[in-house]
Amino acid sequence: MAAELTATRAAGHGASVTLNHLEKSYDRVAAVAGVSLDIHSGEFLTLLGPSGSGKTTTLMMIAGFEMPTGGDIAIDGKSVVAVPPYRRNIGMVFQNYALFPHLTVADNIGFPLRQRGVAKVERARQVGQALELVHLPGHGGRYPRQLSGGQQQRVALARAIVFKPRLLLMDEPLGALDKQLRENMQLEMRRLHADLGITFIYVTHDQEEALTMSDRIAVMNEGLVAQIGRPEDLYDRPISRFVAAFIGESNFLPAVVCGIEDDVVVAECEGAIIRALAQSPPARGKKVVLTTRPERIRFADGAWNSTVPQNRLTVTVTEAVFAGERCRYMLQAGQGIAIVLKEPSSASIRRRAVGERAEIAWSVADTILV
Amino acid sequence: MSKAATVRCSARSVSAPLVLAAPPLLFMLAFYAVPVLSMLLRSVSDPVWTLSHYASLTGDTVFLKVFCNTLYTSLIVTLGTLVLGYPVALSLVRAPRWAPFILVLILLPFWTSVLVRSYAWMVLMGRHGIINEALLVIGIVNQPLRILNTPLATQIAMIHILLPYMALPITNALRQIDPSLTRASSGLGATPWATFRQITLPLSLPGVAAGTLMVFVLGLGFYITPAMVGGPREITLSMLIAQQVDQLNWAYAATLSAVLLASALAIIAAFYRLPGVSNAFRMSAR
Repeated sequence: MAAELTATRAAGHGASVTLNHLEKSYDRVAAVAGVSLDIHSGEFLTLLGPSGSGKTTTLMMIAGFEMPTGGDIAIDGKSVVAVPPYRRNIGMVFQNYALFPHLTVADNIGFPLRQRGVAKVERARQVGQALELVHLPGHGGRYPRQLSGGQQQRVALARAIVFKPRLLLMDEPLGALDKQLRENMQLEMRRLHADLGITFIYVTHDQEEALTMSDRIAVMNEGLVAQIGRPEDLYDRPISRFVAAFIGESNFLPAVVCGIEDDVVVAECEGAIIRALAQSPPARGKKVVLTTRPERIRFADGAWNSTVPQNRLTVTVTEAVFAGERCRYMLQAGQGIAIVLKEPSSASIRRRAVGERAEIAWSVADTILV
Repeated sequence: MSKAATVRCSARSVSAPLVLAAPPLLFMLAFYAVPVLSMLLRSVSDPVWTLSHYASLTGDTVFLKVFCNTLYTSLIVTLGTLVLGYPVALSLVRAPRWAPFILVLILLPFWTSVLVRSYAWMVLMGRHGIINEALLVIGIVNQPLRILNTPLATQIAMIHILLPYMALPITNALRQIDPSLTRASSGLGATPWATFRQITLPLSLPGVAAGTLMVFVLGLGFYITPAMVGGPREITLSMLIAQQVDQLNWAYAATLSAVLLASALAIIAAFYRLPGVSNAFRMSAR
């Protein structure tokens, strides 16, 4: 029934969006300090960053609610900086949904159609389709305040896509929902993205949400893009300490470079030799920081063989927490280097006691110089 | 000692708001409710218990003319404040940089004595007042217009005085509108005018209703301004009441007062049935 809305996929494509050195300053304080991004047609791109990183301001400029103080925004190759928001034809879902409280659900969803001069009967038909697409058939006569948060969210979504925009912007749309509902809606969004085939630009500060849903993530910090890439690229190959710390959990080991072997950096940390991957090889003797993920480290007591190159350290357990699906250990290596290790919990694995000495190991491929 | 302890104890309990509100309530009871009730009582008990004063009103052409004139004046003033007040409210909300300046302008009459304001209007609108002199100089008129002591003078002066009562509740209602709603509307394809008509205006209606109610009810009871700048023949209900009191015609004055009070209460009751109005009052009280 809702086939017509999803039929755009066959017709092709979402809009492509190009941001070129986009800037926005308020009283000479830069909120966005020169963002350049190429967002591909049909892509699900997430702007991820802490509050104040400029992600929402960037989104508001794409929507047309904020005027850039520098740079350019092009949609399908045409600059839209001078186009008012009501002529940009972009769908948008707001953080607080922004449903019109004095209009029924049907009139809310029909609002963009009404602005486009769609006749009443046709409007009702398309509203019905949109309601079906978001699994809320029969709710058209209600008022927004009579709906739960999750339902309001779906109405906002239906309203944003009913006029078949080729670009959908979302500003932390799941922020106000509880965890269970949020996870359901994440899957729903992915499904909708696949069905509609239009370009999604999604803003969130929740890294898990970004990792789950996005084709690509642009991590933002202090008004700039810190790194852009597929979720697994960002997680496995962060290029900066900020990205490593912001996406997932990371251990940071201070080390001194003592050699280069092909594309592998050899460094010394607390008397042990640690090998790490680096984007560009640093100079010998340079102080660097190496990073690795807590769940990629294992206890490796005694003879423990691996076919892949390993790093090893001797540590003392300082804290052991059982957290259901996994155990979380705080370890200390040498003089005060704290390391977190996460181990899947199993009745067959011996749990470590606080104060115990242990050997840990992790793969060189999971060690990144940042 | 023990009495003070009891008071302190009850202040801490559920009745604390009542204790706090007691002094003004007692004040209002002694100096407002009792005099008003005793005045109203005269309308049915002077000189003997009777409803004849009310019965005679229906055939009283003077009363009917004055009553209609009062309602008409209030209506015109309400419309005038609405037409002038809505744009003022919009500019207060939309141009925050100018808001303090605009606010002072519309509140200035608020802080000026009614008497001073009325004299100012007399200076402005008099036969040799500033308006007439200006019109003569420009050459729009050949002889001074009669502005002072006409219904128009009353209406202009009352609109001036009552403008804040309309503009402020509307400002409040406009401020309550989530700015993301107008953004959403614009993003969904509504032109600025369509956004105003379909989103801003309907959502500000509770403020309009609250302002309308206040201006209309206050307008019904206006006395000094119509008495000083209004026409001698276009008298209002409150002027008639004052006249009757002057002539020691207490029973008739009391009856007219009862009618005035009843009209105001009826209008307030009717407005409170409109959706969102009682809310708007609660919000402006905050």
